[in-house]
Amino acid sequence: MQRIRLFEERVADLVSKGEITTPCHLYTGQEAVATGICASLRNDDYVFSTHRSHGHYIAKGGDLRKLMAEIYCKSTGCSKGRGGSMHITSAEKGLPGSSAIVAGTIPIAVGAALRLSAVGGDGVSVAFFGDGAVCEGAFYEALNFASLKKLPVIFVCENNLFSTHMPVEDSLANPIIYKIAEAFKLPSCRIDGNDVLKVYKTGQAAIERARKRKGPSFIECMTYRWRGHVGPNYDVDKGIRTQKELDRWMAKDPIKALEKMLIAKRFLTNGEASKIVTGIEREIDGAVAFAKKSPYPPSDEMEIIRYLFR
Amino acid sequence: MRELTYAQAINEALRLLLETDDRVMLIGQGVTSPWYVGTTTAGLIERFGNRRVIDPPVSENGITGVAIGAALAGSRSILVFPRMDFMYLAMDQIANHAANWHAMFGGEYCVPLTIWGIINRGGEQAAQHSQALQAIFAHIPGLKVVMPSNGYDAKGLLISSVRDGNPVVFIDDRWLYNLRCVVPEGLYQVPIGKGAVLREGKDVSVITSSYTVHEVLKAADECRGKGISVEVVDLRTIKPLDSELILGSVRKTGRVVIVDGGWKAFGVSGEIAARIAETPLIRELKAPICRLSLPDAPAPASTALEDVYYPRKEQIAATIQRLLEA
Repeated sequence: MQRIRLFEERVADLVSKGEITTPCHLYTGQEAVATGICASLRNDDYVFSTHRSHGHYIAKGGDLRKLMAEIYCKSTGCSKGRGGSMHITSAEKGLPGSSAIVAGTIPIAVGAALRLSAVGGDGVSVAFFGDGAVCEGAFYEALNFASLKKLPVIFVCENNLFSTHMPVEDSLANPIIYKIAEAFKLPSCRIDGNDVLKVYKTGQAAIERARKRKGPSFIECMTYRWRGHVGPNYDVDKGIRTQKELDRWMAKDPIKALEKMLIAKRFLTNGEASKIVTGIEREIDGAVAFAKKSPYPPSDEMEIIRYLFR
Repeated sequence: MRELTYAQAINEALRLLLETDDRVMLIGQGVTSPWYVGTTTAGLIERFGNRRVIDPPVSENGITGVAIGAALAGSRSILVFPRMDFMYLAMDQIANHAANWHAMFGGEYCVPLTIWGIINRGGEQAAQHSQALQAIFAHIPGLKVVMPSNGYDAKGLLISSVRDGNPVVFIDDRWLYNLRCVVPEGLYQVPIGKGAVLREGKDVSVITSSYTVHEVLKAADECRGKGISVEVVDLRTIKPLDSELILGSVRKTGRVVIVDGGWKAFGVSGEIAARIAETPLIRELKAPICRLSLPDAPAPASTALEDVYYPRKEQIAATIQRLLEA
């Protein structure tokens, strides 16, 4: 969680300074969801992500240097500078990609699960998406097919209450999303997405169920993105939400909550907590330095791409 | 030599692909239906089971995503649209996802996906069951588009498409399904990106593809009776276009008629004309480039209107003759 938080906050800073220009949809505030789910996944399990991709990549164990380099659109990035912030991948960590089309990767995650169920073994596939995706047809088509064929896929809806600028109650006739999933005969639940242990336990049960080939599950995680839809702003000045609402959610910071609990139970000391932060900051410094000194993709690469796609 | 119908050739290609490569999966509306895809999928589900031959619900966009996801996870997916018109429902997954994936992620992943669409024109099926959409898919970077005109090419191109490793749109025309030709047994490939000269000639090159090839061949016969020697070029692949073959033929004859089974505006015939016009060859032509295609109008239902909507041999022959007289 802390790695995602500090990475995203660094990106926010670098975007503000004009160092990063690719559109960045920051995950700050939602860290418990990706972390809690991916904790039960292996490298040979698949995760499919969205435009808000950094958190999933980091939680799945992706390399911070390759991620930062991709955000700088450099040739050393995980997608060689051709994808930018919204299109990240890690073959070795089981992240085939992230799509900037809302709901785009939901059926694709189902397809990966179809393949996994055909080859045997106990691999699973996870689709992360937001509440906005629930308005798309692809969502319904994917849920129906996954349930019909009992595929090993876990649908993780990160309900952060907004699809771009639009509050969820203005976009969904039924904003209780897990109830929609229930209609497809999927075991479904709504949980506090800022409680990482709750996400972990719920995710683990759903993943186990999929590993045992008992079918798909649906988890609606209630959470909140601190930053606006895209970029480093908070969107309070634009009238999209109130400072009071933002403050209320910032008080429910998933990282602080966990830290407090761990310290209270004496699993962690304040000193250890700040040591973790220092270590991660150093790692991010390294990632930024790596990204900055990396070359841009050579222009003759465009010729090769053109040839490939002639 | 053994002859098969076009539909049998497709059926044999599918059977051999499923038999020899356990990554191959066939998914799409009607693969178990007795009429949707003709007889092309007959016997496959009985032989290979419903995990490799999947008849999904009508969810074109979702199922296209499923085929992409399976391909990313190691399948060689063949996705069928028994009416090509239904591909419009899946445009997001085809154009935004399948086509872009390889480049967008820096080549980390390939999407080995064959998207098989069938043109169902004729039979009073009207505007939403008759469309020939090759130009739309050929426009999109990341998609290859093939359009065989006979069973031999269909089998070889289908095998090449599945083995290609990235998305190929394989288009066939229902009017081809009962045509017979010699088809070798076993697996063989027809290369993607290579056209073929079906008949050599010296007065005019006719560039065409898919079912229209057969109307052109008949028109060429008619022209021969009038002393006109027609060279017939079958594109076989729309994209990447075999420009070399086209330019070589046009250089030889000095005249060109492009006959496309799609619409004219912004389409395949326009692209071919532009490829010719972009070379110095344009100054050597003995007559202007001539295009024959569907009128820019939705397909009608009535047979009386269908008869004038689709270019037939008479119209093609008359166009060739007019060009020679010019």
